Amino acid sequence: MNLVIGALVFWGAAWWVNLRIANGRGRDTRAARLAVPVLFGLTLLVLWEGLVRGLNVPGVILPPPSAIATRFAASLPILWVDFVQTFVKGALSGYVIGCGAAVATAIIIDRSPFLQRGLLPVGNFIAALPVIGIAPILVMWFGFDWQSKAAVVVVMVFFPMLVNTVQGLAASTAMQRDLMQTYSANYWQTLLKLRLPAAMPFVFNGLKISTTLALIGAIVAEFFGSPIKGMGFRISTEVGRLSLDMVWAEIAVAALAGSAFYGLVAAIEKGVTFWHPSQRG
Amino acid sequence: MNRILPVLTVVVALIVLWYLGAVAMNAQWTRDQAARAGQELSFTGIVADTLSQDRPKLPAPHQVAAELWQTTVQKSITSKRSLVYHGWVTLSATLLGFAIGTGAGILLAVGIVHNRAMDMSVMPWAIASQTIPILAIAPMIIVVLNSIGIQGVLPKAIISAYLSFFPVVVGMVKGLRSPDAMQLDLLKTYGASGGETFRKLRLPSSMPYLFTSLKVGIAASLVGAIVGELPTGAVRGLGARLLSGSYYGQTVQIWAALIAAAALAAALVGVVGLIQRATLKRMGMER
Repeated sequence: MNLVIGALVFWGAAWWVNLRIANGRGRDTRAARLAVPVLFGLTLLVLWEGLVRGLNVPGVILPPPSAIATRFAASLPILWVDFVQTFVKGALSGYVIGCGAAVATAIIIDRSPFLQRGLLPVGNFIAALPVIGIAPILVMWFGFDWQSKAAVVVVMVFFPMLVNTVQGLAASTAMQRDLMQTYSANYWQTLLKLRLPAAMPFVFNGLKISTTLALIGAIVAEFFGSPIKGMGFRISTEVGRLSLDMVWAEIAVAALAGSAFYGLVAAIEKGVTFWHPSQRG
Repeated sequence: MNRILPVLTVVVALIVLWYLGAVAMNAQWTRDQAARAGQELSFTGIVADTLSQDRPKLPAPHQVAAELWQTTVQKSITSKRSLVYHGWVTLSATLLGFAIGTGAGILLAVGIVHNRAMDMSVMPWAIASQTIPILAIAPMIIVVLNSIGIQGVLPKAIISAYLSFFPVVVGMVKGLRSPDAMQLDLLKTYGASGGETFRKLRLPSSMPYLFTSLKVGIAASLVGAIVGELPTGAVRGLGARLLSGSYYGQTVQIWAALIAAAALAAALVGVVGLIQRATLKRMGMER
């Protein structure tokens, strides 16, 4: 019972501190912007730990964060093997192939307005569908190993990426294209020096959406069959054995990998599109 | 008119590619069968056989269409083999989850806009949560809720709600913040209270943002409901059809379930789009 009361007291105290920071004088400083969400996240963890331990919630329903952390530290080798199998082999290779193919396709259909008018609505339509359902088919075609996961990821990221890139290639203004014409630039020069750079904010938007899709695709595809390693495989089998601390550790890896991947792409975007108003701040 | 022709061309090209793919991928099986039987096959024989196998690697479009016709129109709706029945199971979970997720998302967004501490503490997490594969926790939610005796539509709805929740929060916060300082000042000169400002300015101007995120949210809800049906071991729903099809190598069944799911997604997004157009038209915000 003490634990529950302690957790609630901590919650109240953290809430009070956050209110003070958020309404205080230094609320727009960098430190305040970082401190408030961190404190909030910490509060959630303390509440979780206190309530689960204090109310004796069984570990097969919700393990406390400390147990998850212990399990995480104890099974680093397994987590690493799963991470390599799902993220590096499945998600990352599929991401590179899918995004590369989509950009190449966008550049090809960009030369034909007819194809653009036909492919864009179809691409938009497919991008809204539950593409993940194609996973069992691709697992059947490409086998249980990472190739089928990469194929699922390729299909998932292709259409969002295609739609964004086509939009991006149309982003340069008529004035800018006229300028290139007066320089007597040919198609490839215009493409490389004006239109591709101008398309970058759109391309990176697609790349950022695709990071999450890639990870989801690789994990869910493993529910349909995989070798005895991989994050999706581990999640579905450990759930079956009711060792939920391992499942949560695996989810923590997925969350870390997902946000790190997104952060990396966002950082590259910052470097490439430094000229765009949204990046100049 | 000048949009229909290109779209039709692309669709027809896709179907032609699909047929070619079906012939190419199924030819190996046909040749093996013929070799075992000691027969010589002509080209037309191969083509005819590849398009009518029982368990093809890639079923031809007309086989999928026939399966769809059989399992929707020719089966009674209550039958376990009817796609309408399975589609309804998935749809009910999707809609329930979507309603929960959207309601909670709008409430949280209102809280975030009116409370600075809440904004600073919750908003970064709401944005960060969009970069992590939330779907990975679906099996755990299903199994854990099952172990404490909650079964049926609710666990799937929770996953759906969870997936549609964050897009709605982010979009709604953006929308509620979209009135500019000039408009807020105007309401201040009218002596409007906080509640009136919310009702007459913030809420109406958030509608376009809300509908954009509703479209994302309902598509995500459907994916959540489908994936939520996987870990229970293929009992009911479109996700279960996918899984049992993949267990027993019934490729035609998988494709039929996939097309049904796609049609469902398109219909749901289309309905939200229609409501959006009607609402914005009545509000005079149509673009």
